[in-house]
Amino acid sequence: MSVEDSGRQLATDATPVAEAGIAPSGSAISPRPMLAWATRVKELNILVALLILCAFLSLRSDVFLTQGNLFGVARAFSLTAIVAIGQTMVIITGGIDLSVGSVLALSGITTGLLLGEGWPLGPAMIAGILVGSATGLFNGLLITQVGLPPFIATLGTLSIGRGLVYVLTKGYPVTIPPEHQFLLKMGQGYVGSIPIPVIIMLIVTILGTLFLSQSTIGRYIYAVGGNEEAARLAGINVSLVKLLVYTLNSTLAALAGMILVARLVSAQPSAGLGFELPVIAAAIIGGTSLLGGEGTVLGAVLGAAIMGVLENGMVLLGVNTYAQQAVTGVVILLAVSLDMWQKRRRRRV
Amino acid sequence: METNNRPILEMQHIHKRFPGVHALNDVSITVYPGEVLALVGENGAGKSTLMKVLAGAVQPDEGTILIDGQPVAITNPRRAQELGIGIIYQELSLVNALSIGENIFLGDLPRHPRLPGKVDWPELWRRTSKVLEHVRLRIPPQTLVRDLSVAQKQMVEIARALARNVRVLILDEPTSALTLQETETLFNIIHDLRERGVAIIYISHRMEEVFTITQRVTVLRDGQLIGTLPTSEATEDRLISMMVGRDLSRLFSRAAEATGPVCLEVRGLRRAGVLNDISFHVRAGEIVGIAGLVGSGRTELVRSIFGADPIDGGEILLNGEKVTIRSPRDAVRLGIGLVPEDRKQQALFLRLAIRENISLPVLTRLGTPAFPSRAKERSLVADYIKSLRIRTPSMEQRVEALSGGNQQKVVIARWLATNPKVLILDEPTRGIDVGAKAEVHALIARLAEQGVAIIMVSSELPEILGMSHRVLVMRQGRIVANIPREEATEERIMAAATGQTEIAA
Ligand SMILES: Nc1ncnc2c1ncn2[C@@H]1O[C@H](COP(=O)(O)OP(=O)(O)OP(=O)(O)O)[C@@H](O)[C@H]1O
Ligand SMILES: [Mg+2]
Repeated sequence: MSVEDSGRQLATDATPVAEAGIAPSGSAISPRPMLAWATRVKELNILVALLILCAFLSLRSDVFLTQGNLFGVARAFSLTAIVAIGQTMVIITGGIDLSVGSVLALSGITTGLLLGEGWPLGPAMIAGILVGSATGLFNGLLITQVGLPPFIATLGTLSIGRGLVYVLTKGYPVTIPPEHQFLLKMGQGYVGSIPIPVIIMLIVTILGTLFLSQSTIGRYIYAVGGNEEAARLAGINVSLVKLLVYTLNSTLAALAGMILVARLVSAQPSAGLGFELPVIAAAIIGGTSLLGGEGTVLGAVLGAAIMGVLENGMVLLGVNTYAQQAVTGVVILLAVSLDMWQKRRRRRV
Repeated sequence: METNNRPILEMQHIHKRFPGVHALNDVSITVYPGEVLALVGENGAGKSTLMKVLAGAVQPDEGTILIDGQPVAITNPRRAQELGIGIIYQELSLVNALSIGENIFLGDLPRHPRLPGKVDWPELWRRTSKVLEHVRLRIPPQTLVRDLSVAQKQMVEIARALARNVRVLILDEPTSALTLQETETLFNIIHDLRERGVAIIYISHRMEEVFTITQRVTVLRDGQLIGTLPTSEATEDRLISMMVGRDLSRLFSRAAEATGPVCLEVRGLRRAGVLNDISFHVRAGEIVGIAGLVGSGRTELVRSIFGADPIDGGEILLNGEKVTIRSPRDAVRLGIGLVPEDRKQQALFLRLAIRENISLPVLTRLGTPAFPSRAKERSLVADYIKSLRIRTPSMEQRVEALSGGNQQKVVIARWLATNPKVLILDEPTRGIDVGAKAEVHALIARLAEQGVAIIMVSSELPEILGMSHRVLVMRQGRIVANIPREEATEERIMAAATGQTEIAA
């Protein structure tokens, strides 16, 4: 009997990492009192909005609800979602990162060029991602050590990054040698019928949620954004927290860069041009406050999903391509206005 | 007293419910022109909420408001202004980047007679100077609000209310950040206002003030009206028992004499222009009070020890060993805690929950350092909510929804949770009620008895005298007196603080 017990013990210990990782978040949510749920209403709102949008589109178009279309949409917004997760953390600290599009391109180009030089796939990808992380660290240093406002610091990096990309490529795309099957799969492959970028997005979402809502550093991120001076006086290393979120954000942008290279089978110098806009929009539609101190990973992903579904819907319904941008703008304004109105009501009652 | 004429304002049967709290439960008050009505009660009794209802910042669930006998609906702050109701909030609400004049006439700036859209600056400065005279403030109207002291800002707020022809002026704990002299000036202004027939509603936790300037007192407890009586018929004990619903010993809880070893020692601490060669020590279990006038360097001293401000020279020793404190993080790691002077700016995360506010510095000690255990966090926070009697329906409540005193308790709880060796408290009972004050004092005494070294900065001499084992007096960035408990008197402390006699430290 004792043998059997210890056997069972072993079996439980051997639970795959992913599952073990999910468990704590589930168990942490259940005993929360009503009040905590009320503060989560925000995400519920976005979810409801997303579902209404989907219901509407499925009535107006036969194609929308097909598995192929839905996964296609998810694959399309997965990049925005992945980077919006990092951006959300940056915005929660009260900052902003405009350089994500350039970082995405720079890291893709790095990997592409190194592969062209004959580097093996693994090291080339790692180098690409490290270039991304380094850019984030650079942003963080400009902000915490030089004292530049995040908007300015990352605007500078945006320009430097893009410039570097053009210098390195002279403006031409870098094609990926076809022998790198693994990389290509990352962008174009499926597990079962789920596109791999979507799976990567799900993993980043789960890890990001765990990190932001359960970890000590996650709590520090909210504290720094909520009241920086109070955070410092509570003994938090504010600079370190900021360095970390900018580095993390750029690393995620670099990861998105890898996925894009894989999908296009080439590294484009113009990749991610203007990408900061949908990313910031996703975070904000997802309930992140530009004032800092508020926002969630899930919100950011749902925000990206709304924008993705909307875009897809407009294509399916044959809306003029030029009008699409305008509609997206209207949705952003609506979402944020609704959010502000609700907050004001909650405060006034 | 002109209390025989018609009331200027009546609030009848006001109810207000927040999720989980019945903040106002059938409260009625009456105010007459030319009188000062005191509104007193414990933290969270509903004083500020009642006044916010009056100022249009909060809508009541039930109840009637009459002005000059006519029912009115105060649906927003603007409407309140039109009705002649002015409020000076517990937290000041001026725009720092604008001049005094712009702040006073914001929303109503004089227009240039010919150029549409242009402000008539000379006219603005002229009008501003005129109102500033009423509040006895002699500074140029162009001065930026950012450059004013707290007291001056408050005068500007009052001037703003006057400029709008206020008939009922609400002052919510106006003196909590004022020096004695500034308080005196405020009282003179209140006196002038009364003569002009303005009615004043005055919220304060300081009994002396209630007795000095008010004619009637209304007591609230747990959102209910306990009663209103003429100040001349009230005694301190009676008011306190009305407020807390039981008799309360007003004696300070004194910690037993400290005989422990020296815990914290400061040698020759310097900071250019602020701190001048400061040396002192605190024993384990000792409470050292730091007295001095506002601006004497008390806050700067404790912030420097805590690593919040840089120092130019000097040493700090902890248990006899030299330590380097370059940031608050170093201080926290060494077991030093600081309850800062301004809780909103320097301590609280208003939009985070009580739970998150309290547990922040100890997250790494709750289970695994990287992923704190929610269960441990909850039980820790629940303990402190109970032992400090923090009034809240839930630990998930955002701190911004708490009353001022309960917010202060949250900050104290945060540092208690760290089990500090040295606890520094800067104005620990500012803005907190008599009951909570006694609790905080008892708590400080208990901590000292457990061997914590305590440094307590306070502008309230009774607090300093009642609590401290030893009193240090600061003046112009120096410690000018070091007075043991037996010899400390208000006169001696004030003499040293104002420089009438100097006693070598
Ligand atoms: N916006 C709000 N949401 C929820 N609860 C609130 C809100 N505002 C006030 N409360 C609650 O209403 C009660 C009364 O608070 P109020 O601020 O009026 O107290 P107070 O008498 O002014 O206390 P203090 O002396 O500490 O300033 C408290 O329990 C407080 O937590
Ligand atoms: Mg109050």
